Amino acid sequence: MKQLVIISGKGGTGKTIISAAIATLAQNKVMADCDVDAANLYLLLQPEIQETRPFTGGEKAIIDVAKCTRCRECVNACRFDAIAENEDEEIFIDPISCEGCGVCSYVCPADAIKMEKAVSGEWYISKTKYGPFVHARLGIGEENSGKLVAEVRKKAKEITEQSNLDFVIIDGPPGIGCPVISSLSGTDLALVVSEPTLTGIHDMERVVQMASHFKTQTACCINKFDINLENSAKIERWCEENSIPLLGKIPFDEEITESMVQGIPLTEYTNNSASKEMENMWRKLYKLFTGEEMRK
Amino acid sequence: MILSIASGKGGTGKTTIAVNLAQSLDGHTSVQFLDCDVEEPNAHLFLKPHVFQSKPVFLPIPEIVEEKCNYCGKCADVCAYNAIAVLKDTVLVFPELCHGCGGCSLLCPEQAIKEKGQRIGVIEFGVTDKIQFIHGKLDIGQAMSPPIIRAVKNHMNLSQMIIIDAPPGTSCPVIESVKGSDVSLLVTEPTPFGLNDLRLAVDTLRELKIPFGVIINRSDIGDQQVQDFCQKENIPVLMTIPMDRNIAVAYSKGLTIVETQPVYKKKFLELFKEVKKLKK
Repeated sequence: MKQLVIISGKGGTGKTIISAAIATLAQNKVMADCDVDAANLYLLLQPEIQETRPFTGGEKAIIDVAKCTRCRECVNACRFDAIAENEDEEIFIDPISCEGCGVCSYVCPADAIKMEKAVSGEWYISKTKYGPFVHARLGIGEENSGKLVAEVRKKAKEITEQSNLDFVIIDGPPGIGCPVISSLSGTDLALVVSEPTLTGIHDMERVVQMASHFKTQTACCINKFDINLENSAKIERWCEENSIPLLGKIPFDEEITESMVQGIPLTEYTNNSASKEMENMWRKLYKLFTGEEMRK
Repeated sequence: MILSIASGKGGTGKTTIAVNLAQSLDGHTSVQFLDCDVEEPNAHLFLKPHVFQSKPVFLPIPEIVEEKCNYCGKCADVCAYNAIAVLKDTVLVFPELCHGCGGCSLLCPEQAIKEKGQRIGVIEFGVTDKIQFIHGKLDIGQAMSPPIIRAVKNHMNLSQMIIIDAPPGTSCPVIESVKGSDVSLLVTEPTPFGLNDLRLAVDTLRELKIPFGVIINRSDIGDQQVQDFCQKENIPVLMTIPMDRNIAVAYSKGLTIVETQPVYKKKFLELFKEVKKLKK
């Protein structure tokens, strides 16, 4: 089994469009959407949900105002500015700022604070015409997106192993922090989707460094490469200097938006040059993974 | 006034709106610009501030004083993040899991835990002609961005107009960035992905009780659904920017809209007027 994660650093470069294209091209795989706080892949894969599971990420502090003596020990101990006094001079815990460390419940001399498990999202096992799909939804403003990513990946891996499949394809989140690290750890290859803008280049460099920090092999592609050919040439040079395979250059394409509006992966919507380039990219990825040419 | 620019979906134009608004206001209002997208900060590529100071950000992580420790295991019990494990005669600390809550050192019965600062990133201070600039940068390989966002926001100067460029998404780094704002602007695009993530961002801001308006970028692509949604939910659409290859090309070179098409300055000033009306 090989695991591929699609990341970008910068948001909106085309991770999900490319993931959906790969979903139509790769055989024997499980798809996983690990952008759990703004999941979009389901809009293109049109899943039929088979199973929904609650996600309990962590705990939240709950205060019993009747027991509280307003000694303010908790206010002083909380490092997340989650506890304060309200207008009625009651001690109040802001569930959104609370990181669930529990220190307040330990220091409270009146035993007025309890830690309670909070349901902070859901994850789903679904059927799609492209095969099994594991995805999730994190509750609004919740912590623990990295933990939810880990749950999604665990399930995707389990299905892959049980059904004797070949690939897990992971649509990753933007950034380089906790949920990205969780999406990337233990994968065989990270495909970095860049775009020829100064911000795209800046963010690509950071996310590639992050992947190599965790010793994950990377490959790159450039989306909308014809928006700025000079910057695209810079990315090509940078990839060459850093021995990162550049797997594809996708042209700017208005049909990408049209296919999204229709809820269809680009490779099924049209056979234009962007769509063909994505097919080429998958062929190259397949070879990187298996060492063999893909059979028709 | 504190104004944050957020979006749910990445790549919709948060930074574009934030930097253009800042450049349109300079000369009228004193602006402090905070880039809170500390995982991938980009605003400096457009504002090009002269950076004059940088400060590392440390997270307090536990350090065990071996002579005092009797391996009772209390620290591991109280740690909600599994960042400490106590074995028979040794204590293991996993800094990448630590949130720096201080529980272990506070509650150790032997006072055998000190805290030491582990560097997780840096904040940098800069200026342009007219704009005070601060951004945070998470170190490569570090997971925890909220402490860096907090460090940036600790330097807010409330006598200035504060513009916060937030990260994408709806989870903790976004909350940390927009919390305490007087008004937020949500930048979206009229596509199914834009709409899906706009809904999540709207739920987030409603939960935080922050007044907000929407900006639709590349407003002539995609479909009508974002417009319909805003109308149905009574959300003011404060600005629309059509798809414009010139804007996209200028962006790719690190140039702002108001630098390349000065007529937009007026539109951003009008946007600012609308923003002020939203403030409670």
